[in-house]
Amino acid sequence: MIPPRRATAAILLLIPPILFVAVLLIGRYSVRPDEVFRSLFGLKGSSEILRPLIVRVRLPRALAAACIGANLSVCGAAFQGLFRNPLVDSRILGVSSGAAFGAALALLVSGSAFAVQGSAFAFALLAVGLVVGIGGRFGSTPLVIVIGGILVSALFNALLGLIKHVADPLSHLPAITYWLLGGLGGIRWAILPPLLVISGVGLTFFLLVRWRLNLLTLADPEATALGVRIRPLRILVIAVGTVMVAASVATAGMIGWVGLVVPHVARAWVGPDHKRLIPASAAIGAATLLVLDTIARTALPSEIPLGILTGLIGVPAFFFLFFQFLRERGEAR
Amino acid sequence: MRLVADRIHYAYRPGRDVLSDVSLTLDEGRVLFVLGANGSGKTTLLDCLAGVRTPHTGRVTMDGTRLSELKPRNRAGRIGVVPQVHEPVFSYTVGEAVLMGRAPHLGLFSHPGKDDWAAVARALEAVGIAELRTRPYTQISGGERQLVLIARGLVQGAGCLLMDEPAAHLDPHHQHDILHVVRQLASEGYSFVVTSHHPNNALLYANGVVFLADGASIVAGPPDTAIDEGNLRAAYGMDFEIVRGVDGARAVIPRISPQPGAS
Repeated sequence: MIPPRRATAAILLLIPPILFVAVLLIGRYSVRPDEVFRSLFGLKGSSEILRPLIVRVRLPRALAAACIGANLSVCGAAFQGLFRNPLVDSRILGVSSGAAFGAALALLVSGSAFAVQGSAFAFALLAVGLVVGIGGRFGSTPLVIVIGGILVSALFNALLGLIKHVADPLSHLPAITYWLLGGLGGIRWAILPPLLVISGVGLTFFLLVRWRLNLLTLADPEATALGVRIRPLRILVIAVGTVMVAASVATAGMIGWVGLVVPHVARAWVGPDHKRLIPASAAIGAATLLVLDTIARTALPSEIPLGILTGLIGVPAFFFLFFQFLRERGEAR
Repeated sequence: MRLVADRIHYAYRPGRDVLSDVSLTLDEGRVLFVLGANGSGKTTLLDCLAGVRTPHTGRVTMDGTRLSELKPRNRAGRIGVVPQVHEPVFSYTVGEAVLMGRAPHLGLFSHPGKDDWAAVARALEAVGIAELRTRPYTQISGGERQLVLIARGLVQGAGCLLMDEPAAHLDPHHQHDILHVVRQLASEGYSFVVTSHHPNNALLYANGVVFLADGASIVAGPPDTAIDEGNLRAAYGMDFEIVRGVDGARAVIPRISPQPGAS
């Protein structure tokens, strides 16, 4: 049963901003709420230590976490609908394999944060470009695109293996390994603008187009009969989604499970209509990553890679959701 | 409203016509049944009439305009498709499923509003399932899903609905429920093309019948004259007998030579 809409909408809209402020307070060095506001707005009484800590370290990190969580979840929801397959996630099209290869290549050659981010982003787009290019030759049906994604992912995984093989085991290999584990430890304002701009534009696009995503879940001839130009719409959604996921992965490394599990949680909460599913996915995704990243940086004396945390929490969460799904269909007790 | 197919041909592979030289005319308020064996080209014909496929030669016109010259959304505002019932992946509510029929009237970035929901309510009322609006589409019966798909065609604003085997998988009573709604809507001015495997339904509910055999229309006409033993044999490759009930209604029964061991 779907709970009353207004209450749900209010809760979903309020949770991310509340969490956002809350995570600024939490850390090795705990901060009082009033100190956060003083620091953020440069008011009198903001201490010399706190202001840089909050403004330069915690704020960009929280922004990145919220954007990446929302991006991965919204694209996951959109792609699950587009491929009519609830097991798809935002990385289905080879984005993450391409990004992983790009980042590893940059770490091998240069090691600057900008080079890593740029290279990861470029190769992520290249990977999806290949998938869509292959798919376009065979009619761009969901099946063709999914198989293209599997093939291109396999190709880039092989290339990543090659780079690991030739990388210096004392310097480059550990750097590549840590990058692949994912995390927001290296976030500074300087590398944030591309992510912020892309997230802003991409999330706005999905909020505007969200009702029409419902039509992509219909069979192709059915949508065509409803007057929808389905191929251009599908390619547009894939293109915008890919850029969002690529920017996220390029900034934070491999963060799995969020794009798969969050849309399911959102669907269980507000139903499958994308008009409500997309905003709900954005809110839950942002909230999830804000919480997980805070755990990642505070739970242990040294940082826990975010990709490990999302896996540790994502797997049991998915297991639970999947059994509920089976039970609803009467295939498990 | 007048939908005309004029000597259309369609082939999925060159040289292998699935449709060859098919013509039909659909006028306002008419129910036209397309009968034919499996693989005779019924669904392909429906796709061509819907504008989802474009015939290789010949033309399909709506009030004199070729479908291929209409914008997709204008075409969809005039011709609706009621596909065969299927199990959807996501459990939209009945209301949300019907609302998708508003697609031709909404831009890329616009969302359905009060007027659109009012159209949904009217359409559900028209097919007699207003009380199902908030039920998940996955949890209603096959007959009810068929009505949902008809309602979606109505909110599309289409005056002409193309139905692909609406009676498939339904018991006789539910077949009647659906086709009764079709007749009722036809009396209000809607027109229908219905593909079917049931000549008896054509006798009961159609104004016109087209027989397809190997992709060619072998005969077209009112059901009482078109449905005879000769045409049935040509369409299905077996013998039928036409009988009359006490009230004069005609019915088709297959003639099966007694099987060994049958009493």
